[in-house]
Amino acid sequence: MSDLTDLGVAAIRDGVRRGDFSAREVADAFVVKVSRAKALNAFLVETPEHALAAAREADTARAAGEALKPLAGVPIGMKDLFCTKGVPSTAASRILDGFAPPYESTVSQNLWNAGAGMLGKLNMDQFAMGSSNETSAFGNVISPWRRKDGGNAPLAPGGSSGGSSAAVAARLCPGATGTDTGGSIRQPAAFTGISGIKPTYGRCSRWGVIAFASSLDQAGPMARDVRDCAIVLEAMAGFDPKDATSLQLDVPRWEHGLSSSLHGVRVGIPKEYRVDGMPAEIEALWQSGIDWVRDAGAEVVEVSLPHTRYALPAYYIIAPAEASSNLARYDGVRYGLRDLPEGAGLQDMYAATRADGFGEEVKRRILIGTYVLSAGFYDAYYTQAQKVRALIARDFEQAWGRCDLLLTPTAPSAAFALGEKADPLAMYLNDVFTVPSSLAGLPAMSVPGGLDAAGLPLGLQIIGKPLDEQAVLNASLALEERAGFAARPEVWW
Amino acid sequence: MVSGDTMESSYRIQGATGEWEVVIGLEVHAQVTSNAKLFSGAATAFGAEPNTQVSLIDAAMPGMLPVPNRECIRQAVRTGMAIDAQINRWSRFDRKNYFYADLPQGYQISQLYHPLVGEGHVDVAPDEKNPDAVKRIGVERIHVEQDAGKLMHDQHPTRSYVDLNRSGVALMEIVSRPDMRSPAEAGAYLRKLRAVLRYVGSCDGNMEEGSMRADVNVSVRRPGEGFGTRTETKNVNSVRFVMQAIEYEAKRQVDVIESGGTVEQETRLFNPDTGTTRTMRSKEDAHDYRYFPDPDLLPLELDDAFLEECRASLPELPDAKRSRYEAAGITPYNAGVLTAEVETARWFDALLEAGAPALQASTCVTGELFGALNRLGKGIEDSPVAPAQAAELLALVADGTLSGSLAKQVFELMLETGQGAAAIVEERGLKQTSDTGAIEAVIADVLARNPAQLEQYRAGKQALFGFFVGQTMKAMGGKANPGVVNDLLRKALDV
Repeated sequence: MSDLTDLGVAAIRDGVRRGDFSAREVADAFVVKVSRAKALNAFLVETPEHALAAAREADTARAAGEALKPLAGVPIGMKDLFCTKGVPSTAASRILDGFAPPYESTVSQNLWNAGAGMLGKLNMDQFAMGSSNETSAFGNVISPWRRKDGGNAPLAPGGSSGGSSAAVAARLCPGATGTDTGGSIRQPAAFTGISGIKPTYGRCSRWGVIAFASSLDQAGPMARDVRDCAIVLEAMAGFDPKDATSLQLDVPRWEHGLSSSLHGVRVGIPKEYRVDGMPAEIEALWQSGIDWVRDAGAEVVEVSLPHTRYALPAYYIIAPAEASSNLARYDGVRYGLRDLPEGAGLQDMYAATRADGFGEEVKRRILIGTYVLSAGFYDAYYTQAQKVRALIARDFEQAWGRCDLLLTPTAPSAAFALGEKADPLAMYLNDVFTVPSSLAGLPAMSVPGGLDAAGLPLGLQIIGKPLDEQAVLNASLALEERAGFAARPEVWW
Repeated sequence: MVSGDTMESSYRIQGATGEWEVVIGLEVHAQVTSNAKLFSGAATAFGAEPNTQVSLIDAAMPGMLPVPNRECIRQAVRTGMAIDAQINRWSRFDRKNYFYADLPQGYQISQLYHPLVGEGHVDVAPDEKNPDAVKRIGVERIHVEQDAGKLMHDQHPTRSYVDLNRSGVALMEIVSRPDMRSPAEAGAYLRKLRAVLRYVGSCDGNMEEGSMRADVNVSVRRPGEGFGTRTETKNVNSVRFVMQAIEYEAKRQVDVIESGGTVEQETRLFNPDTGTTRTMRSKEDAHDYRYFPDPDLLPLELDDAFLEECRASLPELPDAKRSRYEAAGITPYNAGVLTAEVETARWFDALLEAGAPALQASTCVTGELFGALNRLGKGIEDSPVAPAQAAELLALVADGTLSGSLAKQVFELMLETGQGAAAIVEERGLKQTSDTGAIEAVIADVLARNPAQLEQYRAGKQALFGFFVGQTMKAMGGKANPGVVNDLLRKALDV
């Protein structure tokens, strides 16, 4: 029998339904893969018992002739930002070391309700702050990809959902959850040659997702192809009365609606995304993408998003501002780390706990956020950034008058080596193509488009109108079919 | 109605250098009556075991999110309507960021920039004996916010404990204009506000249990001059303490200024044992709360149906009720007394509904009933005599069955036995008589037994008339109809 871990979500689901193999066999195969991939450091916690219990339920249901749930027999990886009942949930931060919540996030519960099982909790940038997975308190995730130059420099899997991207790319799980605040699903997907979609803000409940920046955080799936993403997103999404920003809408049947024909669809190419210093290979890939959507029947138009260059500065004010407040609850009083020096008072305990528990990048963003919200600076920074955010949203709204979707590169480069971007600002620039759609709350997806000269994957991004995940998925599917991306990392771990 | 401009307070502090006027503004924190907290489903009962009314949200567990409780918003809107305030159809929640162990989120969800309720007012009568001398106190805003938990320092020699039962409970912060000029005005404002809240049912007004407390802003100035620097005395939890705090603080500020110092803008604490205030934190130590819109919550938008329901559900409020009572012939003073507490007003309304005549009912309730309740140490809500029973008694007086003094006897028996008035009258034969034959016989006997007084009366000492009335009533065991006795006596004496 072929290796079950080569199968994606749809293939596993359909195979289990047909009885080609049992859910147990699938779970076993992935559990073994996970246990042998320690070198990637993608998993913080392995939960084979969870995956096996879900598999047992699927097999029992099938034996009894019952209808199988949408994700029956599909084991997945869960980003550690999601609270999972009784399983350590740390956001890859020391400050939540050992924290096992007595509750289950809505998104993970939705997945279990759909029959999925959990292989484990995936490493990530600490509190989802980072673009390389280097800010995790529990060590870097190593990308399964290596450059063809033989240097074997360990590469970044992208971030913040770096454990998710590495695990899916390395076939440790057929799909994984990610979260995206400014590109944290799309950029790691692009870096590792997989697909990932951030749905419209409000599609997936944030309840039980450890908060980074509330007005931007949005969960989404990461998987090997567009169909798999559609299937998993359908299970994750849905109105949740426990999240006041959750959209009170039915979940469309995205998989059912998949179509790679783009006749009658206008795809916009935002001219402001042609940034200085973009590698020629990315330019070339973008051009291929344009050719592909045209081939699929789309009309291609150039559009302008004039405030694009203000997106990154606005994002790096708003996200840290919200984070500085969201992370105030980690104070050592009720859960997680408590550092109480001899004879210390309350303030000393706060200081010691937070100094000890938070990583450098988290502290940097708390400081930035505290600064931009403080008296005398608030209007100059936060108020101004909110105005920019509104202008960026307006840019998109105006673009929708001329087109239905936007096509851009996902990131301005292929994966870089771990340690290569020591300057935080250089790291922030990696989000340049993903941040504007996050600020506007729009659905956006990355699909692999090809490899660069070093043999590393490059991604293309499709951005859609609010709530139009279907159009985003369809255009992504059209790209996927024409890109014919079949490369995979050679197993070295 | 007398406006604040024309009804000036004469309250002055006599300093060494002359007279000073005090300027007072109050920020009242009123706990919203609701079964659940502002943003979580946890219960809100007072006095529960520590940390038994805490949801995951109140404890600020990772990934937990606030969802506004519609009932809390509704109560705040109704309160706003009750003080004739502008209701903002669009409002928003902001985070007030600071670290403290009783604040699990590290921020309080409040409303700084866009409060739910805007400008309104409360009309108060600072002098109870002169209920028509009304002063209008402006209310700047009402916003809703979360309460904090409670630290307990007395449980352990070296540790402090935290009780989060109160964490996240909904508060209305009712911010007055600096319109008050004396402790009496502040006291009247608090009492009136408390009455309105209790009428509306949006807050139980229980200051002892902390469900209503005030931050007291005080400054002093020479009469007619601009505002002085104010201090804010936090969390004062009774009307008396608020008045004490103002008195102390105003005198302290006058002393500071007159001895050449300047009043510092600062936050102070009130000591109820000594009636004094002391510095809590100075302006330099003031927090930078880094307010910003709470990104977990969408702006609050109120539609017509919601506002209409809020308005339709408002009860008759104290001022309207007082006017209605006065129009029914009740004295202004009694009307004020009867409307000051919602329980009294409810009881009295039930009495009127049972058919009791307004004026007699008002004197009976403010006289006999209040006296009896005072004696028994009971509130009107626990009165042994129900409104329907009292109405029955008043009806017996009105139809001449009982005289005033008989009514008092019957009332005492009602209190003792819980029986109805008619039953008592029947059982004990306390019915007054208007039988002229019987009364005439008694009068003849009285005149015969008091020849000396009769002679004096007939010689012109008219004042003795009362003596004969008393003798007659006494001889009849109080059961004679006094009107009939009067008529018959006059006939017998004036022949």
